[in-house]
Amino acid sequence: MDFDLSEEQRLLKDSVDRLLADRYDFEARKRYRGTEEGFSREIWAQYAELGLLALPFAEEHGGFGGGPVETMIVMESLGRALALEPYLATIVLGGGLIRRGASDEQKAALVPDIAAGERLLAFAHTERQSRYDLHDVATTARRDGAAFVLNGEKSVVLHGDGADAILITARVAGGRRDRGGIGLFLVDARDPGVSRRGYPTQDGQRAAEVSLSDVRVGPEGVIGSAEDALPLVERVVDEAIAALAAEAVGCMAEMHALTVEYLKTRKQFGTTIGSFQVLQHKAVDMFVALEQARSMAMFGTMMAADEDETERRRAAAATKVQIGRSAKIVGQNAIQLHGGVGMTMEFKVGHYFKRATMIDQLFGDADHHLERLGALGGLMAA
Amino acid sequence: MDLRFTPEEIAFRDEVRAFFRTALPKEVREKLVLGHHASKEELVAWTRTLNAKGWSVPHWPVEYGGTGWSPVQQYIFQDEMQAAPAPQLLAFGANMVAPVIYTFGTEEQKRRFLPRIANLDDWWCQGFSEPGSGSDLASLKTSAKRDGDHYVVNGQKTWTTLAQHADWIFCLVRTDPAAKKQEGISFLLIDMKSPGVTVRPIQTIDGGREVNEVFFDDVRVPVENLVGQENKGWDYAKFLLGNERVGIARVGVSKERLRRVRELAALERVGDVPLIEVPRFREKLAAVEVELKALEMTQLRVVAAEGRRERGKPDPASSILKIKGSEIQQATTELLLEVVGPFALPFQEEPEEGRNEPPIGPDWAGSVAPAYFNWRKISIYGGSNEIQKNIIAKAILGL
Repeated sequence: MDFDLSEEQRLLKDSVDRLLADRYDFEARKRYRGTEEGFSREIWAQYAELGLLALPFAEEHGGFGGGPVETMIVMESLGRALALEPYLATIVLGGGLIRRGASDEQKAALVPDIAAGERLLAFAHTERQSRYDLHDVATTARRDGAAFVLNGEKSVVLHGDGADAILITARVAGGRRDRGGIGLFLVDARDPGVSRRGYPTQDGQRAAEVSLSDVRVGPEGVIGSAEDALPLVERVVDEAIAALAAEAVGCMAEMHALTVEYLKTRKQFGTTIGSFQVLQHKAVDMFVALEQARSMAMFGTMMAADEDETERRRAAAATKVQIGRSAKIVGQNAIQLHGGVGMTMEFKVGHYFKRATMIDQLFGDADHHLERLGALGGLMAA
Repeated sequence: MDLRFTPEEIAFRDEVRAFFRTALPKEVREKLVLGHHASKEELVAWTRTLNAKGWSVPHWPVEYGGTGWSPVQQYIFQDEMQAAPAPQLLAFGANMVAPVIYTFGTEEQKRRFLPRIANLDDWWCQGFSEPGSGSDLASLKTSAKRDGDHYVVNGQKTWTTLAQHADWIFCLVRTDPAAKKQEGISFLLIDMKSPGVTVRPIQTIDGGREVNEVFFDDVRVPVENLVGQENKGWDYAKFLLGNERVGIARVGVSKERLRRVRELAALERVGDVPLIEVPRFREKLAAVEVELKALEMTQLRVVAAEGRRERGKPDPASSILKIKGSEIQQATTELLLEVVGPFALPFQEEPEEGRNEPPIGPDWAGSVAPAYFNWRKISIYGGSNEIQKNIIAKAILGL
């Protein structure tokens, strides 16, 4: 057992942290958020230069062969910086689906552009009725010779408005909630049958509602098994949960640090408010919740690569439960202890709170995953 | 970074597990599974079995009988012992007073006491708390006045766990009443057979007799039983309280209890379905399992960092282990209380206290409510959780 980063991992962490420290202060972030795309293309190019966009892909496809630990390192740093770029959408989700599901030809066609920062991806799975169920798919994919024709509506597609290509779950066969019969299709976002309505999300990022009207996808756009893509999707989402956990830990660590700093400087009743025991104990509750979340993010990261599907799914669910619960404790207390200052858009802590809160709403909140974990026989059943 | 056990660590775990399976008497294990306590005789026998194997004090320095295991191995050993479940070794000797003796004691004290602690020839108890000194321990009043080559001790200690079995007590006593409260305290080893020592039991809310009051009336203690320097006892006490890190979270104990909850909840039925299939219950159980997994990882992070820490300098993060560990242990007793349902009510004596009657309800029911009551202590002893929060606020957050 070894909790230390390897030399290469430390280098990776240092380089990401240095870039973000130089280029991602609060004012810079505000500027990036104010652009039409809602993030910085220039920073995205720098991620590419640092190799972050090639990180998880295999070396034979032009990547660096990084694993879940490398992703954790990057995501935690992005969480600390509250970075707005579509790393989750393009690299963790889109990239993950391609890495795990695409053929060698597809990878050869896609990965170099992704790694160079020249192709943005999005993953469209949520529908109006689906809530967090990845298998609840009403969007249809009708066979037409070797091609498919897609029709339907997808909601809250992260960074869907800026994506060059969208990976879409669609039903090839079976009923709306059947686990079988789901395909995964790579669609050109500028296809005339694709219409997108982009909007900002609560946490300052972007998403889109995506409508598909007779969108034709040739065999080159079918990712993985045309009728049984759900296991692939679930696997990548479990990896994304580990990545989001790391991002949330970054957010929580910053919220906690900002709060402790505030307690040490803010004076009331003639003394720093950090001298009051009732506030100290709240700060400790935050610290305990943060460290438990950090531990669980590590566990989730370790298990994201596990080949045993049941164990992996249990671990992902457990990780999301802990992250969601910790984020509430850390976030709500961070705002409370900052008082009025915590309520303003002008101060950073509220922005962390919003991101951490939205992370709980992605891919299943704490209660959703607790239910799932219960149904899987708990965490210690094996 | 690789959070898995190495093949060597797994081999070690299997070796420990196999030894426990063969060496631990079946009836002792079954008794503990049912939630009862090991008797003094059973604990002594188990300690001696381990000592014969060289494993009764693995965390001590090798020169005094330790094993030289890595922190991770120590953790695995503890975890396996708790999860077996085997009787918890008596902490007062091996984990509390012994490190003080081998760190600050004289050669004579080491020679005299350490081997007898390792073999549980001497049963130790802890004389820290007093009626007026709980969380504010340094306010203690029990006095020790020098008289020739003896100290004369007067005062009262309380919450003294298992003092009824004890041969020795290690005490914090006030040797300089004029000094600032932390600076006039000494660390004294007192033979419980000394004239003037009286033990009075305190019955706890679970009905058990685990803690006692200990009175000292002109008890004469030879000066060679002073550990370290006079008036430096507070330093040794802080050392002692921060010293027990591995296993403070008692992750293995909670693992065993949660397994038990799951097993029993599969047997109890709610209408036509086992309790374990009732979503509300299984989600509550799963939530505790998640907390425990996170705690286990936190514990392992502390253990892994241990090797790099200065000896005797505890990781302040171990305060987290105490807080979360106690909350989770208490949650396991709440879950069991929910599982047992109406059969929580009958008050039933522990088997060794002469009960012949058949059990009322399932045979495991009698210990459930008492365990729930008794384990409220875990967030109080060893520095209450509120004190732990004060420690974190000061030592880690700098508030």
